[in-house]
Amino acid sequence: MSDIREFDLAETSVRELNRYLHGELRDSDVARISVQNPNGQHSIGAGLDCPVEVEIHGHAGYFIAGMNKQARVTVHGNVGWSVGENMMSGQVRVKGHASESAGASAHGGLLVVDGDASSRCGISLKGGNVVVAGDVGHFSAFMAQAGTMVVCGNAGANLGDSLYEAVIYVGGSIDSLGADAREEPMEASDVETLRGLLSEAGLEGDAENFRRVGSARSLYHWNAEAHQEY
Amino acid sequence: MCGIVGLLIRRAEMRASLGQLAVPMLDCMGDRGPDSAGLAVFEDRVETTGLGFSLYWPGGGDDWDALLQQHRQVAGDEVSLDANADNALLTSPMSPAAVTEWLEQGWPGVDLLSVGSRIRLFKDEGHPRDIASRYGFQSLVGTHLVGHTRMATESMVSPAHAHPFTAGEDFCLVHNGSLSNPNSVRRRLQRRGIAFQTDNDTEAGCRYLEWRMREGDSLEEAIEASFEELDGFFTFLMATADKMVLVRDAFACKPAVVAETEDYVAVGSEFRALAHLPGVAEANVFEPSPQTIYSWSVVEAGSTQTTAVVS
Repeated sequence: MSDIREFDLAETSVRELNRYLHGELRDSDVARISVQNPNGQHSIGAGLDCPVEVEIHGHAGYFIAGMNKQARVTVHGNVGWSVGENMMSGQVRVKGHASESAGASAHGGLLVVDGDASSRCGISLKGGNVVVAGDVGHFSAFMAQAGTMVVCGNAGANLGDSLYEAVIYVGGSIDSLGADAREEPMEASDVETLRGLLSEAGLEGDAENFRRVGSARSLYHWNAEAHQEY
Repeated sequence: MCGIVGLLIRRAEMRASLGQLAVPMLDCMGDRGPDSAGLAVFEDRVETTGLGFSLYWPGGGDDWDALLQQHRQVAGDEVSLDANADNALLTSPMSPAAVTEWLEQGWPGVDLLSVGSRIRLFKDEGHPRDIASRYGFQSLVGTHLVGHTRMATESMVSPAHAHPFTAGEDFCLVHNGSLSNPNSVRRRLQRRGIAFQTDNDTEAGCRYLEWRMREGDSLEEAIEASFEELDGFFTFLMATADKMVLVRDAFACKPAVVAETEDYVAVGSEFRALAHLPGVAEANVFEPSPQTIYSWSVVEAGSTQTTAVVS
């Protein structure tokens, strides 16, 4: 179970790679996949559904490891939009920076970004966990419904706008909170959850010095007297 | 959708390869904009006097010599013409107003695409790859260029509606996004006597910025003013005779990636447009922040100027 299979995307198309990952791989003894020369191409490793380790060496494009189930995917470089979008389980790790909408609508699993994540990180999160070692951009965790987002650095403007039941922990500064997001007291259970996530992500961090952001739940019910002012 | 690309060469010896490095960028971004494309290159024209006029003459590729001969009769022997299929650069000692009038009177089929001492502009309909080969982009030499691949969403597909747009001299703009108030911007500028060639939103943005600069603003000041005046989504990439300038709107939902080395600064809508560039694996690759003006100069080597605009 320790066989390694190498793919060079300068010679093989992403479609061929993904076809292998979705088919032949599942009936083989291959436990690790190494991908060279991603060259910013999109959808590398999207739709994985087996407990394999995938290492992508270089900068990759949009939708990397989208819809991931079970697999552990590591990108040794930056990624474009929507890395790990709609992830169900497993782990995706970006050693560099992530562009917009990292971990969008992830239902499960863990996304770790060692660098910064751009705007709309964790948008519409549905139960997955996102841990960012650096900063996140504006409108992160927008409409996030369930799951946890950890930002070790600073958060951009309108953090957690229209938040549902997801919880955000921020180690650095917050430019501004979005509509209906509020800072809440850190309980012992928060510190425990945060320690667990930082440890799972392999990151250092003083969990007790993070702040918790949750939903004020004032947007849950229509208020006709609010005159569209929230 | 649309794609944008830009390349500014810092190491002088690499300027001979400007076109060669840029063609794969444009070709790759053809995926984001397959209906038309354009490119503005800034050349060192040491051997010519007078301004350069980029001309586009659909189907006129065989008759450029006739135009040159007639222009010599009014402008003298200093005139030169470098033709490339349906596109040519006319160098003339006449003023932009005089050349415009001369073209309108005698050559109604010829469009004037750009004016300046360094800019040369190409644009046409078709896949960016075909346009690059039609006009020989591979052999372009210069300090910097900006290019665009278009997927039209708000006005018709035609060579005139393709980017880059220009206004004034040695200034051009390519745009990924859409403006929502181009009609009111255009009407306000038209009342000031500014003429438009198309109903395209980007032309309104381009002429607005150039008007601000004629009123005394620097390009950076004009961009700051545009945050109040231009409504919509945009990644704007602009070039002047000695600068390449990039800015994204506050929401920043139109992408851009920058790769910077000691040798060059490259901009693309996506990293894959830059993946072939020499030394890109070691380059400083970053996503430009919203409402921040990034400005790179061909003169002052090495430094990146950024201006954060607080609104």
